[in-house]
Amino acid sequence: MNRQLLTGNAAAAWGARLAQVDYVPAFPITPQTEIIETLARWFERGEMTGRLTMLESEHSMVTAAAAAAATGVRVFTATSSQGLLYAMEMVFTVPGWRAPFVLVNVSRGLASPITLESDHNDVLATRDSGFLQVHCATCQEVLDHVLLAYRIAEDSRVRLPVIVNLDGFTLSFTREPVDLPAAEAVQQFLPPFDPQNVRFRASKPVSQAVAVLAGSPYSYFRYETHLAAQQALSVLDEIAEQFFQAFGRRTGPLATYRSEDADMVFVMIGAGATKACEAADRLREAGVAAGVVRPRWLRPYPAAALRAALAGKKAVAVIDQDLSMGQGGVLHAELAAALYGMPNAPMLASIIGGLGGRNIPPEEFYEIAKRMLGFAARGETPPPQLLFTERELRQVRKLQAIAVVERKELGEKP
Amino acid sequence: MYRIRFHGRGGQGIKTAGRILGTAFFEEGFEVQDAPIYGAERRGAPMFAYVRAARAPIQERGVITHPDLVVVADETLVPVPAANLMLGVTADTVLLLNSGETPDTWRQRLNTGATVIALPVADAITDRAALPHIGTRCTGAAARLLGVISRAALERALRTELRALDDASLKANLDEAFRAFDAMAAHEGVVHEGAAISARAYEAPDWTDLPFEPARVAAPDIFAPATSVQVRTGLWRTMRPVIDYAHCHRCVWVCSTLCPDSAIHVRADGAPEIDYEHCKGCLVCAAVCPPHAIQAVPEHEAAKIEAGGAG
Repeated sequence: MNRQLLTGNAAAAWGARLAQVDYVPAFPITPQTEIIETLARWFERGEMTGRLTMLESEHSMVTAAAAAAATGVRVFTATSSQGLLYAMEMVFTVPGWRAPFVLVNVSRGLASPITLESDHNDVLATRDSGFLQVHCATCQEVLDHVLLAYRIAEDSRVRLPVIVNLDGFTLSFTREPVDLPAAEAVQQFLPPFDPQNVRFRASKPVSQAVAVLAGSPYSYFRYETHLAAQQALSVLDEIAEQFFQAFGRRTGPLATYRSEDADMVFVMIGAGATKACEAADRLREAGVAAGVVRPRWLRPYPAAALRAALAGKKAVAVIDQDLSMGQGGVLHAELAAALYGMPNAPMLASIIGGLGGRNIPPEEFYEIAKRMLGFAARGETPPPQLLFTERELRQVRKLQAIAVVERKELGEKP
Repeated sequence: MYRIRFHGRGGQGIKTAGRILGTAFFEEGFEVQDAPIYGAERRGAPMFAYVRAARAPIQERGVITHPDLVVVADETLVPVPAANLMLGVTADTVLLLNSGETPDTWRQRLNTGATVIALPVADAITDRAALPHIGTRCTGAAARLLGVISRAALERALRTELRALDDASLKANLDEAFRAFDAMAAHEGVVHEGAAISARAYEAPDWTDLPFEPARVAAPDIFAPATSVQVRTGLWRTMRPVIDYAHCHRCVWVCSTLCPDSAIHVRADGAPEIDYEHCKGCLVCAAVCPPHAIQAVPEHEAAKIEAGGAG
């Protein structure tokens, strides 16, 4: 076994290398750049065959990725945050081409104001695009899910592009021990792409994703994409089992941690969820039966598995590292929809935490668990809460005090 | 679990220091997590790196709020709020400062009950081209304070993480790390593995509800002009460009235009002048100066000369 300390970015690059990708259209952006730097080095040294091309923008990069995928080669690309948004027109366009490829997104807060650390609003903006999306909690999961993503994307029952998401800094620049699988084992699990009728070629014109200009055919094609995404759930189960047989690690749409007999459950996605697992261990030592339910895949949405995992719990706190302005937490709303009408549905609370990489220390998990159980015991549901402390407000007030001085100097009303 | 935080400035090798220590722990059979945290990449800006090491898989992540060891590679970070050096430092924490001042001085200045250890700064550097290897010094010292990392594991980690260096640079780093490792012999094992963070008795977060505020208050705007002048980026400098006016050709268009921070002004007499309040020490001017009249001097050396001159 080859166990190495790898960053999440290096693990993503290893995933692409082990998947023997043919083409990597690229564009740099913090905190993703290390992925394409690593791949560029490997291509240059001849340790990878194929081609890496620097495009002039993420919009072109995603177009190039999908166009190359339409020729039937295996394509990998990566971006983050503003880059993903800049590509957004094509992100919504290319799933309809039904040409599979993998895009790694390294989550980073969106402007404004501009920032660099992790936040899920970037990847959630692609939620309704037709890309499938999977969220990783460890560097190992990053590598594993690049491989899994190709199997799902290329499966003839699915044939949709997949976003593999990892958190900026918390995973992208963080090293952890990662099992690097042997190349032969990966080739067995992930054989070369059989493109079937995905075969766009020079001098052999094909019109792909043509205009329909009418609601009925449009509805047909759009709903077929939706059905393919839903179909991916059962395909996922099947491939996760094969992955377990090959590499001994459990994957699948939902990760649960000590949730079976839990009274109180944290629901989170991404790397922050491992902190919730640590908190659950400590809470259990303190006599609180806490657990964690972590959707890995958000599209397709594992609604049935979530209902099964959360039925009968006293309290569930969804911690959203995202914010839909004027509505609230995106994951909370989706989970509420999934649990609506379920006879033994738990009390469901919404917490906004970790925006822009804001740290959630262990004490906040402990306090959330205690308070949620208190609300549940009284038969109440608390209002949505932003994790924000007096100390943080003092920090903001200090900045605002400077702004007041500025305005006075400019002769304005403070 | 061991929880270690390194504080330094961009360019001092702090990210690498964290990686070396992480790899050394891994060599000793620990589960490891190491990472740097910084803003927009800038030489000289405050940054930190952290390392967690345990015998079981690690689920904690992000900022270390309960450190067992805090390593301060650059004492000028003490008054910088953004550096947040003292976050979570208690009487159980060991504080290692790369400093010429005594531990007592730092205990008083920081008003801390932590165990304070000073790693005396390197002797005066005679070769101005030599780098002080601050990161590797701090790693060598930290490894000894932990007491669970052997000299051999430290050496393997240094060779792994510094494999891109040429032989001479690698040797200089190894020497520096081992000098620090040896200098800390009296404190071997002073750092104790921290316990799990208990959910039985803990300090509850002082949460507050954010009040609604109108956009004229709540928009992230800066209206005053030229506020960047207020930020003394000169504090970030590790190397100082010094103009040798005897050899300066007054071809000021070159240095003053190419300075990426507009920190070189032209005096009335036509000579260039460096604004040390804002020069970040990138040394672009030294590299482009046609008559080679701009020298690079390590900042602490330059500061010493200045202090001597004043006295």
